[in-house]
Amino acid sequence: MQINVNNKPINTEATNLSTLASELSLPEKGVAVAINNRMVPRSQWEQTPLSEGTSVIIIKAACGG
Amino acid sequence: MNYELTKRYERQLILPEIGEKGQERLAAARVLIVGVGGLGSPIAIYLAGAGVGTIGMVDDDVVSISNLQRQVLYEEAQVGMPKVLCARQRLQALNSEITVLAYNERLNAANARELFSQYDIVVDGTDNFPTRYIISDVCAELGKPYVYGAICGLEGQVAVLCKGKATYRTLFPDGGMPQQGKQVVGVTPAIVGGVEASQVLQLVCGYGKPLVDRIWTIDLRTMQSFTIDIQ
Repeated sequence: MQINVNNKPINTEATNLSTLASELSLPEKGVAVAINNRMVPRSQWEQTPLSEGTSVIIIKAACGG
Repeated sequence: MNYELTKRYERQLILPEIGEKGQERLAAARVLIVGVGGLGSPIAIYLAGAGVGTIGMVDDDVVSISNLQRQVLYEEAQVGMPKVLCARQRLQALNSEITVLAYNERLNAANARELFSQYDIVVDGTDNFPTRYIISDVCAELGKPYVYGAICGLEGQVAVLCKGKATYRTLFPDGGMPQQGKQVVGVTPAIVGGVEASQVLQLVCGYGKPLVDRIWTIDLRTMQSFTIDIQ
């Protein structure tokens, strides 16, 4: 299945956000993920399905100033 | 508004989003900037230029030569001097009509409440995660908008937290993220700090759609930008 992650098309076996996070080796902390421009809390990742063409945005926490 | 003030602000007074009413709101506004480094420099300069009536700055750092590449408040002769004192001097030289208060101390959980209670808006110029949790927690408790901004290398992000539903803990609930490297080029905080200052103007003057419960990101390699709803 093809989805878009930060506007880049990728092929994935993942069927929900949680498995996508593992597939992409996202860190355990400091990552906000949005589907269709809406943030999904980590506690809901497992229940959040992915389908063909889903737009996923991953934002990593930054600490500089 | 007297002639001098009308002249000083004439270019923004003719903007319908600001105008005389907005200018009066700016003059009455009290804004606290936490950290006057890379982000804090443009935030402070543009808010002072725009006529924010009271600007507070809190930071316990001194100017160092490696700051000058991006911290546009400072100059070579000030190396070794407390940042907030140099910054106050710079802002008062830019705009003597406003009040500038300098707190030469480090923000912590103990002094934040007392400090924040004297201001309407708190703006982020800090360089670490723990201070951002302190700002967010105290802003949420006191009901003060928190204009969040952070950078990493060639990337940055801005949000208005603690005004709608979202706080910093909504974005990054876990805490305990490792501190990141110090790599940065001066234009990153210029752009991100400029956006933070712009959010303050929007909140104070009440125009447009500020980033309440939304986060904006920019990648300066590709100019790819996202704005997502936090909740």
